[in-house]
Amino acid sequence: MAEFLMPSLGADMAAGTLHEWCVKPGDSVKRGDVIAEVETDKGVIDVEIWEDGVIDKLLVEPGTEVTVGAVMAHIHAAGEAAPPAESAPPVEKVKPPQVMEEEPHPADHRPLVSPEPATNGKRLRVSPLARKRAAELGVDLATLKGSGPGGAISMEDVEAAVTKAQPAAAERARISPVARKMAADLGVDPSTLAGTGPRGTISKVDIERAATGQATAKAPEPPAPAPPPPKPAAEPPAKKAPVDFQSGMRRAIAAAMAKSNREIPHYYLETHIDMTRALDWLEAENLKRSIKDRILPVVLLVKATAKALAAVPQLNGFWVDDELQMSEAIHIGFAVALRQGGLVTPAIHHADLKSLDELMADVRDVIMRTRAGRLRSSDLMDSTVTLTNLGDMGVEKVFGVIYPPQVALVGFGKVMEQPWAQNGMLGIRRVVIATVAGDHRATDGRTGGQFLDVLNRQLQEVETL
Amino acid sequence: MTTAVAFEEQIKATIAETLGMIAPEADLENLDPDADMRKVLDIDSFDFLNFLIGLNEALGVDIPEADYGKLVSQNDLIAYLQARM
Repeated sequence: MAEFLMPSLGADMAAGTLHEWCVKPGDSVKRGDVIAEVETDKGVIDVEIWEDGVIDKLLVEPGTEVTVGAVMAHIHAAGEAAPPAESAPPVEKVKPPQVMEEEPHPADHRPLVSPEPATNGKRLRVSPLARKRAAELGVDLATLKGSGPGGAISMEDVEAAVTKAQPAAAERARISPVARKMAADLGVDPSTLAGTGPRGTISKVDIERAATGQATAKAPEPPAPAPPPPKPAAEPPAKKAPVDFQSGMRRAIAAAMAKSNREIPHYYLETHIDMTRALDWLEAENLKRSIKDRILPVVLLVKATAKALAAVPQLNGFWVDDELQMSEAIHIGFAVALRQGGLVTPAIHHADLKSLDELMADVRDVIMRTRAGRLRSSDLMDSTVTLTNLGDMGVEKVFGVIYPPQVALVGFGKVMEQPWAQNGMLGIRRVVIATVAGDHRATDGRTGGQFLDVLNRQLQEVETL
Repeated sequence: MTTAVAFEEQIKATIAETLGMIAPEADLENLDPDADMRKVLDIDSFDFLNFLIGLNEALGVDIPEADYGKLVSQNDLIAYLQARM
């Protein structure tokens, strides 16, 4: 029997709110499967499981805030015999939101069932998930026939009842975290809206429109390009919601960065790197490719950083218990700014071992999922270093603040044409300023200098990246 | 003449639709057609590449990387696409 715990999705996370279970007791799961959605300051995160097995029991109700490290579910190994079912009467449960207490039968693997007094005098057996779902969907439990053990009503029964009644409402609406928060604040029911975002995602514009009485009714035809939101003379009430979402993320960033500046004695180094050869090579390479397969210059920087970290591993790892713990794996936390404000650094795993094409696919994947609010727990759990590229903003040089417990942040500015003297000759070259912010407890400037030197060499030998 | 106008409208609509996917909050109606789109709409190089991929898929126009620098404003883009469709 194994326990599934609330993961730490970053040093700044103390707790997360279970948004939804993606599995039910009895489901087989494989390592890497998403089993729950957890709402954090970084949006709704798909949480993966790290072992194979069968879901035994879900211990937490959706809507409950769970501290990092708390047990959320029991799992038994695929080969392990399932604990015997018992016909003991179901245990009374307190109402959510609460972390459900341990049952007196730890080996009990029946679906969670709790009694419900029904109007006709009989007791309805309803799983807590089904009860929650029924409340959300406005289904009267007394009208349902349960298909679970002992006639218990499961979540499937509730959803099936709704699907029969009105197929559209049972579809799971895709909704951005900002929009979800805004909907809750403004009392808008997202399930009644048609999203105008990519793949029908409900965006904050849709919620704003709904709140100001301009709801787009769910329509079968594809929505027209969204007209700009109305600009009433008075400040619309919707303005407050994004501030709330951002303030959550702001607080998380504030806590992590304050800890960084309080505890980490930073040192900063910079070097100017001639990118001309690397960019010429990339342009020739991209010329051979269709637009969809082109590689962005930042991918060269990701790969060169990863290879330089492999050569200078002291910058790749964590400062834990007054000690540097170097990491063999190189997972680059790639800083992605959100359009609505805030910053997330999802991991590009094993960046040193991947080809440029694979890294481009990874960069695309993490940016898209970060911006769509579809991050997975593995994106946020294990970055060993952070890379910040602010060149697109016109920034020339980045002075990084290390994300604890990491020990370095690598920064890149924009590519600039600059006069460049070499071997007694003066020319114009395309130059980028690379910086490293290092944790002086873990390493000294010499280590950071070695890193920048190797980084430079990698970018001069671009064919070997 | 009417066809040319209709053509331009079609390109504009495609640009609006593709940009809408990337910057859903953008106010395209009031976007100055000669302004630097990437600066005004806060579009980074990743978003810009996706924008061009979207245009390529919708209109079938191939845009070599060497031409990216010519595509600053909405009017630049319309002229560029019109010449190649």
